[in-house]
Amino acid sequence: MSPSPEVKNPPELEFGNAWEYAAAPESVKVDIADKYGMFINGAFVAPMSRKYMDTINPGNEEVLSKIAVANEDDVERAVAAAKAAFPKWKRLKASERAKYLFRIARRLQERAREFSVLETLDGGKPIKESRDVDIPEAVKHFFYHAGWADKLDYAFPGRKGRPLGVCAQIIPWNFPLLMAAWKIAPALACGNTVVLKPAETTSLTALRLAEIFVEVGLPPGVVNIITGAGDTGAALVAHKDVQKVAFTGSTAVGKAIAQECAGSGKRLTLELGGKSPNIIFEDASLDQAVDGIVQGIFFNQGHVCCAGSRLFVQEGVMQEVLAKLEVRMQSLRVGDPMDKNTDLGAINSLGQLATIKRYLEVGEAEGAQRHQPSVKLPKRGYYLPPTWFTGVQPSHTIAREEIFGPVLSVMSFRTPEEAIARANNTPYGLAAGIWTDKGSKIFDIASRLKAGVVWCNTYNRFDAASPFGGYKQSGFGREGGRQGLLSYLELV
Amino acid sequence: MSVDRLPVLKTYKLFLGGAFPRTESGRSWPIEGRKGEVFAHLCLGSRKDLRNAVVAARKAQDGWSRRDAYNRGQVLYRMAEMLEGKTAEFASAMAETVPGGVRRARKEVEAAVDRLVAYAGWADKFSQVLGCNNPVAGPFYNFTVAEAMGVVGVVAPKEEALLGLVSLLAPVLVAGNTAIVIGSETDPLATALFGEVCATSDVPPGVVNLITGKREELLEVMATHRDIDGLAAAQCSKGERILLESGIAENLKRVTIEKVKGKDWYDVEQMHSPYRIQPFVEMKTIWHPSGS
Repeated sequence: MSPSPEVKNPPELEFGNAWEYAAAPESVKVDIADKYGMFINGAFVAPMSRKYMDTINPGNEEVLSKIAVANEDDVERAVAAAKAAFPKWKRLKASERAKYLFRIARRLQERAREFSVLETLDGGKPIKESRDVDIPEAVKHFFYHAGWADKLDYAFPGRKGRPLGVCAQIIPWNFPLLMAAWKIAPALACGNTVVLKPAETTSLTALRLAEIFVEVGLPPGVVNIITGAGDTGAALVAHKDVQKVAFTGSTAVGKAIAQECAGSGKRLTLELGGKSPNIIFEDASLDQAVDGIVQGIFFNQGHVCCAGSRLFVQEGVMQEVLAKLEVRMQSLRVGDPMDKNTDLGAINSLGQLATIKRYLEVGEAEGAQRHQPSVKLPKRGYYLPPTWFTGVQPSHTIAREEIFGPVLSVMSFRTPEEAIARANNTPYGLAAGIWTDKGSKIFDIASRLKAGVVWCNTYNRFDAASPFGGYKQSGFGREGGRQGLLSYLELV
Repeated sequence: MSVDRLPVLKTYKLFLGGAFPRTESGRSWPIEGRKGEVFAHLCLGSRKDLRNAVVAARKAQDGWSRRDAYNRGQVLYRMAEMLEGKTAEFASAMAETVPGGVRRARKEVEAAVDRLVAYAGWADKFSQVLGCNNPVAGPFYNFTVAEAMGVVGVVAPKEEALLGLVSLLAPVLVAGNTAIVIGSETDPLATALFGEVCATSDVPPGVVNLITGKREELLEVMATHRDIDGLAAAQCSKGERILLESGIAENLKRVTIEKVKGKDWYDVEQMHSPYRIQPFVEMKTIWHPSGS
């Protein structure tokens, strides 16, 4: 493949650094405590481990607070609370269960700004994404599932759904509150109780959600939130009173959880990694497609399991797409996540930054060409310019492994058959993108891609009513929509 | 007294890729009838046979799943017709090794025929029950469809060997998957004979592959094989469950072990449910802008 071409007289919008810092929700003051206990049986309690760990703001490396590190005794306490709460919660009239979820949704909606700011401070994502995506979508998940609580008999004609019991839910750091909502809302709507473990770098919004549970009078023990790292999660998964394990995270950890659960009778759903293809055909609207490429891989700094990290461009338009991409990349603003003009915020943690940088080195070492726009990064905090590689071969590490960062691998193809074969040539199968103005081609290609979500002429869209989940080694089970309820019900 | 005519003892072979090969291992297995006399021989399938079956099933999968649902229904219905026609043969063979006599065996065969008919009817309907349109907030058309999972391993129960096998196999096939079946050890004749049904009912080569052999030998390959996407099993011990579910950790296999035995196999309300197809499909959600 030829290297990135010279850009000739690009139709550039010269934003440069024309604007000063613009804090979006400056009117909201977010109180953050010095340290947080865990939320068990309706109250915040100190960990029996007596251990705490720092949680930092990746945007400036300052310590925000301390969170508890739960040990086996803490897990025991949380699971016991969820188990004790289950019989009553299950028997509660479904329409009343619904109303608790509606209340949660409404209060979260009312406190959306505060949650947006906290999410961005704790996780590093641009405030415009917390404000416009993470928090509103989390609200919608509670609203959507609230309505299901008393309508489950209509969800699966001919069968009744029964709750499973105590659900252990382990979520990642890329969409902290949204993932908590994806997990908690359907579990509660179906009559289960929950022990949730947020990721250790991003626990603050889940703990604040617990405040809302108290505000709305959710019965104690129905949701319990424990914090900590991998050991805490392992103890939770292994607990004998857990009937259901729902995990979102890496494929490697998902496999370890599956091994732990084998033969235990625990129900399992896994939402794991991806290396999703984004396919641009010659007959696509290229301006829209380029926007879709950017949305696909640079949304949330590329910390997205369904990120369109493998770009396949049909040969005839490769040069044009690369030229447009280069212009578009120059206009991305990288920096302070609290600035409402920021497109790319901070990488979530120092560890993840190191991982991504390692992939950049491997990409070059294996022969691909690295491209980055010239951007001035803040002095403190974990930042990386958006990166794309050309000259990528299918065998290259950066074309095969999930990087979970703002790194795009650009490859070309000639025929639709080749595009399908190469898109499917991965152990993953979470999502895919197709760009063409030809309707029959969309349906043909969409039906042949092995992926749980296919975005046609769009990318990275999510909705509580739309089932999400993977084929192959991207996991199993769906979240959202009617199909998502199956993850939390037994059909009888 | 001299025997007027010596009976021809049949050796039943495997059914792989649409053909009836002997096991590559060269092993066979004498089957004793009610009176303790050997009345047939069976191939004792090996791990290598199973791996060969996966290759055949993978090769056939794309074509089978891309057939019209209507056509898949016709093929399943044809299987029912062929099995109905062979009822007497199945019943008398099964009665040789399973207590309960010909009458019991006949009842099992008839239930198996009915099961195939029921799932033949689901072919062009189950995706309407399992899929749907989704009312997303925004200018998008969004819908969810049920697609085939891929290659599925079927571990038939020890008892109700034919009915159990057909009950596990039919939902797998109707969704567009191809299958590798380990038959029952206690009633292996049902499995061996079923190959003759598949071979004469327009089932494309490789869509159904039947192996007679020992569970303890073959189960591990089922669990660990990386080109098997899902497993359907029944009547498993705790140890077998652990082994099969370890397959999830290998390549995220979708493992479904039904807790069904005895009379349960005849429970039409439970057994003819589309929610028994659901574990063997992948739900795909497709988005497209619909104006602004």
